[in-house]
Parts: sequence; structure tokens; C-alpha cells
Amino acid sequence: MLWQNIPILLVLLPLGLSSLTAVLKPKASRALMLGVNTVCLCLSAIMLCEVIINGEAFTVKMGEVGAPFGNELFVSHTEAFVAVGFDLIMLLSLTASGRKVKQDVAPNRTSLFYTVCSLMLAALNAITLTNDIFSGYVFLEISTIAAAALIFVSNARGTLMASMRYMIMNLLGSGMFLFGLAILYSLTGELLFPSMKDKLALVEAEGKYSGALFMGLTLITVGLSMKSALFPFHTWLPNAYSLSTPASSSILSSLVSKAYIFLYIKIISKSVGLDVFMQSGTANVLLAYSALAIVIGSIDAIQQHNVRRMISYSSVAQIGYIFLAISFGTDRAMGAAIFQIFAHSAAKAMLFPAVDRLVEVSGGNENFRDLRGSGYRAPLAGIAFTVGAFSIVGIPLLGGFSAKVYIASAASGIRQYVALLALAVSTVLNVIYFMRTFVTIYRKSDRQSNELSFRFLPGFSVAITAFILLNLCLGLGAGRVMKVISDGISLW
Amino acid sequence: MRSIIKKIKGFIDNGVDPLGDEMLSDLEYTKVTENEVEIAPKLRREPERIKNRKLANALYTVSAIALCFAMIVILTWNVNGLPFFGGADTLVDSEVGRFYIENGLKDTGATNIITPIILSYRGFDTLGESHVLFIAMCAVLILLRSAPVNPENHLQAYDAAMESDEPWEDDILKAFGRVLMVLIFVFGLYIILNGNTSPGGGFSGGAVLGAGFILYLNVFGHSAAVKFLNFKTMQSVTAAALVSYSIFKGYHFITGFNEIESIFGNGTPGTIFSGGMMLYLNIFVGAVVSMTMYSLFVMFRKGDF
Repeated sequence: MLWQNIPILLVLLPLGLSSLTAVLKPKASRALMLGVNTVCLCLSAIMLCEVIINGEAFTVKMGEVGAPFGNELFVSHTEAFVAVGFDLIMLLSLTASGRKVKQDVAPNRTSLFYTVCSLMLAALNAITLTNDIFSGYVFLEISTIAAAALIFVSNARGTLMASMRYMIMNLLGSGMFLFGLAILYSLTGELLFPSMKDKLALVEAEGKYSGALFMGLTLITVGLSMKSALFPFHTWLPNAYSLSTPASSSILSSLVSKAYIFLYIKIISKSVGLDVFMQSGTANVLLAYSALAIVIGSIDAIQQHNVRRMISYSSVAQIGYIFLAISFGTDRAMGAAIFQIFAHSAAKAMLFPAVDRLVEVSGGNENFRDLRGSGYRAPLAGIAFTVGAFSIVGIPLLGGFSAKVYIASAASGIRQYVALLALAVSTVLNVIYFMRTFVTIYRKSDRQSNELSFRFLPGFSVAITAFILLNLCLGLGAGRVMKVISDGISLW
Repeated sequence: MRSIIKKIKGFIDNGVDPLGDEMLSDLEYTKVTENEVEIAPKLRREPERIKNRKLANALYTVSAIALCFAMIVILTWNVNGLPFFGGADTLVDSEVGRFYIENGLKDTGATNIITPIILSYRGFDTLGESHVLFIAMCAVLILLRSAPVNPENHLQAYDAAMESDEPWEDDILKAFGRVLMVLIFVFGLYIILNGNTSPGGGFSGGAVLGAGFILYLNVFGHSAAVKFLNFKTMQSVTAAALVSYSIFKGYHFITGFNEIESIFGNGTPGTIFSGGMMLYLNIFVGAVVSMTMYSLFVMFRKGDF
């Protein structure tokens, strides 16, 4: 069927046109990138509808010869949904902060910025759709370098150091992932997820190579958690997110690290198998570190004086939630993790441009005391911040609440009381740091005038409104979204 | 109780930390390493903190080295636990490898089996790999193309760098360069064009071509090299090669997936025009690799084209 060619286009369009954006003038290159992104979004939405209507997953062989000899893409409800989500958030992030890109990025780098975004989009789609662990690694490399470029593309001071740290931690992570992949390959001789799963079940049953299997799984886990900033490896995150231009911060926090986590979810449930994953004991380590991440990330966020750093540290805690759900090792928990990925992405990708606008109307100072009353000076940004913060804290009707409910119900399903405790403690901590900011931005300041600013920023307003709606949709339609995700997972 | 309320109030008002902990944040730490002059007054004020920092750094170094050694030991020990490579009792089934060897020539018409594996069977991965090169080039361009902060100073510094970096007028070097250049370019093209019939292909041939360009730049100087390979040419060649590469691969994926007969026949194995679209793909990959190598060299040499 014709629509089944969509997965190929989703990767090839942004990949092929990325090199064109590099030679175009900044404006044309921005238009091309946004156009490609919109086309990808429409295509992936069509794909999602078709998959839901047909109710079955399909594979796309890349070339005449199918897997295991060639490469293969696999699309179920989950992959289609994740692709729609990534494309949508990419488009909205770029629209919301497009004005800021002009200010922060030197004119002779602007085209290259959009090239990098385009390549990033291709890499995200490829990581989402691939059914082959090595293709996953190849596109992971692209997204790693693209993410580093997104950090140092702005002229702000400190970005070079931040991207240096990012690069060191992430290359170490990539290396470990590659080692782990090589070990699994040498045990099974397969790169395709389903074939690898069958062979690994044999290896596990035989028991002769269980040490090597454990090592491979551990290396993949450590590598990908380094790349997605799980607690002990999160040190690269605050500077990278808070110093780069808001568009980069949105993309980095809500797409790049999330794509790595989605790849990890796919690897453990499609290629390693949840049984093997639970038996190896990796899950317990992951549980401990993600519980620590939730608490320590929140405490770090409370200690910040700078609002963007506070939001960055809150990402550490939120990533902890996702890994917490993964460590339960059930299909239901995987669904909850994927839901949390999107609840957090939708909120975080909105918070960065909103906070940037609040800072902008407060004289460009990112400290809390200067933000007083900024919610009145930039009303839409204030509302966006409120919605985003409420979603992350877990106020009902918003995505974050439903995500926490799903994680908690997955935890109580397998009697994981430590996880429930971590969830409860961190909710209180989240309230402390977000309510403090909320109170600050809506507190009348005596030093500055509190007059409303009616400066209309078209891109920003449209994108932020869409983000707010997205958060509401994730909250109100949580049941439906969760059904799509779990339908897809049952087809894996 | 009152003081606690006061503290919390202050915390909400000003964002002051209620615990009163004055830890140096990561941001400030970055400043230390970036620009030591700026932190200097702070150093004088707080020598004790710096002392603690030194101790912490020493501890950090020692533990990092210990950790690395531990990793080396664990990974080496782990190699012992892996199945013996090529052993008969291992689970690794060489089904895939056997398929490539048995059907590679018949399917693709290329006598060098590695080339169809890279460009046809696992062509998706290679498409990604070529874009890894491209994004590395973009990242280096973003990083090193200095932002025009002060155009005048920038240009002056650039001109000064240009002059001092030009090679000496050395006749022997140039004479040898001329001979060598021809050989290198011909060899590079040979490797690219014969990728489907003999060892070689786009990646290796492109590397040879790129080395040739770099040699040319070093022998005849920047001004001569810019005449035929400036920034625009470099970018256009790369973009054209990558776009065509993606189009060809897209055609390949879509015809393959929809079981449509491809217009690229297999040809007579052993001739240049065999192996379907592999010849063209090799040319594109070669162009991308050579341009990436050359531009990385130029960027690291001067910071700009």
C-alpha cells in the first residue's frame, strides 16, 4: 500500500534536504527546514491514523532484500505515535524560539543551525522507526554530534565548555553502547530486534554465556543512561540546557534524551526481552538510581537561583521518573514510561521558550528576584509557564498528572513501594520549586512597572498556544493516548 | 519558628537558599576554567575553598584512574566469557554471511562483495554514516567559523594568518608536488570507480582524494587552492552529492520495498558499469568524504576558508 512507504520518507526527506539547507540563505534555509518538518508531521499523522485503522504493525524492508540481510523499519501504533510526537514538538520548538535564534546565532551560522536541526529530525525519526540495533547506533551518532552543535551554535559564553562536557559524557556513552551492542552481536549473530530476542532467550536458557549477556546489557544500560542524563551521569545537563539558545534547550531536553530512552525501551522489550532484563538484575540498579535521580534532581532544582538552571535540574528528576517506570519491567510500565516521555516533552519544550520570554521582559536577567511580576508583563508566557509547571508537578487535567498516575499504578501493580515513596516525596519537592517560581512571576514588583506588554510575537504565540493545547490534550485524552501506546506495545 | 517563616519568606521573595549553603555552582566553575583572570579576586578572598578544591581534584583524578583500571580489568575479563570467535559450538549462525557470499554476486552484479553489503544490503546504515561525516563537517564549520564580532580586527588577523601560513616558494617541492598530485588523484578516482569490482570504494577513494587536495593546499598555498576549491564549491559539491545520494537511495528503498523493477541493471560482473547504482553511490560517497577531509583540514588550519 502506498502509505506504507511513509517511514522511508520520514527519514529520507529531512536527511536528503539537510544538505540543501546548508547552502541556502538563512531565511530560505529556515523555511525549507520548517517545511520539511511540517511535511514529516503530516506524513507521520497519516501513518498513525492508518496504523490505528488497520490495527496491525508493518515492517518496511530497505532495499530488495529484507531482514536479516538488509535493514528494516518497523511501525506499530507506538512508533507511529512517537514519530508524530517528536515531529510535532520539533516544529513547535523551532517556531516558538525562531525569533530568538536570529539573536543568539551568528548570521553565518544560521543556515547551518537549520541543517543541524534537519539532520536531528532525520535521526530522531530513524531511531524511532528502526528495527535494527546497528541502525539505531548510526543515527544515535548523528543525533549526538547534532546535539553538541546545537549547544555551541549560540554565542553565549559558557556554551563551549558545556558542549565539551556534553561531548565527553556522550561519546563515552556511545562507546559503551557500541561495546554492549558488539557483545550482544557476538553472542547471537543478529542485529535485528526480534531475531536477537529469540537467540538471547536461547543463550539465557543455556546459561553458558550469562556473564557476557549481563555485561552487554549493563554496557547498553549505562551507555544510554549516560546519554540521557540519568542521575549519576547528569552533570553535563544543567549547563548544556541552560546556556544554549531556547530552541536548542527545547530540542535537547524534550527530544534528544527522550529518543535515547525510547531506543532503550525498544532494545529491552524487543531485543533483550523483559524476562531476561528482569533476571539480569539490571532493573534493580536502574530502580535505585532513578529513585535517587528523582529526589536529588528535585533538591538540586530547589537550590538554584537561576530560573533556567532550575528547569534544567527538574529534567534530571523527570528523566528519573521515566527510568523508574522502565525498571518495573512490565509492558504496562513501558507504556507509562512512553507516556511520561511525552508528558514531560510537551511541558519542557514549552517551559524553555516561555521562561526565555519572561526573562526577556525582565531586563534579560535570569535570577528569581528580577522575574517578579514578569507574568503580568508577558501574559501568554506566564500562562505557558503555569501550565508547564502544573503539568510537571502533576496537577489533574494536564499530561504530567496522568503520567504520574500511570507510573504509580504500574508500581503498585508489582508492589514497588520504594518507587511509590520516591514519587510521593518528589511531588512535594516539585511543588516547592515550581510554586516558588509561580509565586515570583505573579508577584507585583515595586521596582518595575507592571504594565501589560501587548507586543504580539506571531510565531511564539501560535506555538505556545499549541503547546498549551498539547498539554491539555495529553491530560484530557490520556486514556486514549495510553490505549494507542499499549496497543503498539502488545504488537512488539 | 519566626525565623523559619522569615527564611521561607525570603526564599520565596528573593530566591535565597534557606539552607544558606554557598556551594559554588557549576556555572561559576565553568567560569574558573574558562577565564582565570576573572575569578582572580575571588581566589584571593577565599583561599580555603581553593585548597579544598585542590584536594577534591586530586581525589577525583585518583578515583578516575582507579575506575578506568577497573573498567579495563572487567572488560578484559569479559572477553574470556564471550563465545570463541568462529568456533563450531557458538550460537552465532553465519546465515547472514553465507547469504552474502552465495547471493551477493547474483543479486547485485558486483564482484567485490563488501561493496554491495555496504551500499546495497545495509545501504541505510551507510547513508547514515555519510551523514555522520556531513554533520561532523557542519559542526566544525559552526565551531570554527569565527563570528564576525569586530570585522576589521577579524580581517586583519585573518590576513596575517594567511601570509604566515603560505608555504615557501620551493621549486623542488612544487616539481615533486605536480608529479605526485597527478598520481594521487588518478589513484583516488581509480579506487572510487572500481569499488564494485575490486577492493576500494567511496570511503577509501574519497580519503585518498581528500589527501590529494590537502597536499595541493600545502604545496601551492591557500591562494592557489582557493581558485578551484573555495567554500562555495566545497559546499555545493557536498550538497549535490548528498542530495543525489539520498535520491538514489530513496529510489532503491522504494523500488525494493514495493517490488518494482529497478532501472539499474546488474550489468556484466567485473566491468565498471556493473552492480546497479553502486558506481554512482561510490562517486557520491567519494565526493562527500574528500570534501569533508579537505574542509576539516582547512578549518583547522585557518579557522575559515
